[in-house]
Amino acid sequence: MSLQIKDLHATIPGREILKGLNLTINPGEVHAIMGPNGSGKSTLSKVLCGHSDYEVTSGEILLDGVNIHDMAVDARSRAGLFLAFQYPNEIPGVSNANFLRAALKSRLPKGEDIDAVKFYKQMYARMDQLEMDRSFTSRSVNEGFSGGEKKRNEILQLMMLEPKYAILDETDSGLDIDALKIVSRGVNAMRSENRGFLVITHYQRLLNYIQPDIVHVLKDGRIVKTGGKELSLELEERGYDWVVEEPLTKAA
Amino acid sequence: MVSAPDSTLELPKVESSALENDISDIKVDNIGDFTFPERNKYDSGFGITSKTIDYISDVKDDPDWVREFRHKALKIFLDKPTPTNWATKDLENIKFDEFRYYLSDGQKPKRSWDDVPEDIKKTFDRLGIPEQERKFLAGVEAQYDSEAAYSNIKASVSEQGVIFVNSSEGLKEHPEIFKKWFGKVIPTGDNKYSALNSAVFSGGSFIYVPPGVKVKHPLQAYFRINSEQFGQFERTLIIADEGAEVMYMEGCTAPKFETATLHSAVVELVALKGAKIQYVTVQNWSSNVFNLVTKRGIAMEDAEVRWIDCNIGSRLTMKYPGVIMKGKRARGEVISIALANSGQHQDTGAKMVHAADDTTSNVISKSISIGEGRSTYRGLVHIPKHLKGCKNNTECDALLINSSSRTDTYPAISVRGNQHATQHEASVSQVSADQIFYLMQRGLTEAEAMSLSVNGFINDLVKEFPMEYSVELKRLIDLEMEGSVG
Repeated sequence: MSLQIKDLHATIPGREILKGLNLTINPGEVHAIMGPNGSGKSTLSKVLCGHSDYEVTSGEILLDGVNIHDMAVDARSRAGLFLAFQYPNEIPGVSNANFLRAALKSRLPKGEDIDAVKFYKQMYARMDQLEMDRSFTSRSVNEGFSGGEKKRNEILQLMMLEPKYAILDETDSGLDIDALKIVSRGVNAMRSENRGFLVITHYQRLLNYIQPDIVHVLKDGRIVKTGGKELSLELEERGYDWVVEEPLTKAA
Repeated sequence: MVSAPDSTLELPKVESSALENDISDIKVDNIGDFTFPERNKYDSGFGITSKTIDYISDVKDDPDWVREFRHKALKIFLDKPTPTNWATKDLENIKFDEFRYYLSDGQKPKRSWDDVPEDIKKTFDRLGIPEQERKFLAGVEAQYDSEAAYSNIKASVSEQGVIFVNSSEGLKEHPEIFKKWFGKVIPTGDNKYSALNSAVFSGGSFIYVPPGVKVKHPLQAYFRINSEQFGQFERTLIIADEGAEVMYMEGCTAPKFETATLHSAVVELVALKGAKIQYVTVQNWSSNVFNLVTKRGIAMEDAEVRWIDCNIGSRLTMKYPGVIMKGKRARGEVISIALANSGQHQDTGAKMVHAADDTTSNVISKSISIGEGRSTYRGLVHIPKHLKGCKNNTECDALLINSSSRTDTYPAISVRGNQHATQHEASVSQVSADQIFYLMQRGLTEAEAMSLSVNGFINDLVKEFPMEYSVELKRLIDLEMEGSVG
């Protein structure tokens, strides 16, 4: 049981972005991926979820042993993969509650519906953890939300959908320190032996709140260094340039 | 007695039991046999001439003034050119000689449930239409047994003095009210198709609400469905006397499986001083139908007319509900949703004519084009120079689903004088690929993601529809979206 990425190559028309990426995330682990702009961090998150803008030219992604190459975006989601977006989309006219219900319902056998009372109880509890006002249930998904509210909403979805593997794409961007603490608290509440995390971030700051087990440095489409928590501190201090001097590290 | 144009038979008396017999007559060996030559005694024949008019007037036992009205209308219809100078050329494909303009109940084409196409059956299933109604809607049964429900409604409103009958009964039983307004809001010569309706109309409702009476429950055409009600040339006249209030609902979300491909209705609303009329339509025509409808209301002092309209299906729908605000402080509103799938053209909009001071109109229109579908918005706002304090707000938003979908907007706003306020907003949007990716990442299939987005787009307008309609509308959009992706 793990999310395994093996020698992954992915392109957008005319350009290769991921160039042989190896990474294994076991349930219970929190991996952080750091790297300079343009290193392929966001591409990795989208390729994992099956975004059609990218083509996987070689390598494979195994979700608990199953090659997901031919699975559509929604099938991957239902199989347990979740992405907290860097820039969540607005869905005008669709309430947050209806959206969450639809997402949960998509995981049930056809024709079955979720228990509305249980659903609201759980949603309210999760919203309280994230210090979200109840009015967010009836507001349109992300419409008119501040940057921080959108990120909290992403974590709310994570908490409701309870995926096996969660990818957080630059969840800290645009957050002030208070919002960062709240969001991190939500993520930490979801840490469990049964769940793996991939935390993509540009800055070490987030990792003060979400303590990673393993830190990777992504550069030019490949993981060039892997270490423990201390690696992120070192990156914070020295920047990314020195990493390239190091010999290639084998993927964890 | 005048003979039918293509028949030498004398007009028979219509027997009350004829209809039931016809239904029970359907035998397996009749399946697929849509012609019943021996029954043409109820048939006006093909094409439209003054003989056709006389035939219809004879069968319906029209008073002389109605017969005369029909004949005048026929002349106007024949004289008026097809308005392809502004409307779609597709209108030229209507072959007026190939239609029958009047068929009495026994003469409707018969078919069995087995003849109903699978996709229509599937749609009934998905919409949760009750068994009994399915057969009616599919044209298997000529009559839907809802007399009981209708009688109850009729009884409860008649206690308040409300008249709620079909238009043929209305013009005979209540000529003093009927004649005063019939053809006054929409003159026969308003357009070619209103003239056609005026010549051959049958079916539709006549409603009169006495002064101060507020009808609590919506009056529904649905409750008194009979074959004439859903006729090709319905004529409806609703009058709300001073201070009265009424809501009328017509149609349903189930697709109507039609063999008649031309529908041309005329609906006139009259809201006297301080009265309120709301007219709700949800229509889902099969995609071979030309649906050319003229709907207009007149609002006197402090009165209000609201059109809430949803158009789905048909080959071509042309419909621009209007309000003439004739008294001070009168209000007019049109709220409309149109959905055009491949092979369909929804040409809809609104007409707001301000004819008194301090009148207010509001138009909110949303259209969705799927596949090769085309939506057109035409809006007319007229505020003359001599008035003051008039306000109009127009919003029209179009949503395009596929790259081959099409939308056009033709607003015509004529505001003279400087004591008015008008505002017009129009937008065209697309469901973005990123939005679909986002929704699919949460587990929704592509079709579900599309449906949710589309339902979101019209959500604020759907709330204006009665509850049972809004639930069905949502399901219907789910169905329409299924074919649009993948």
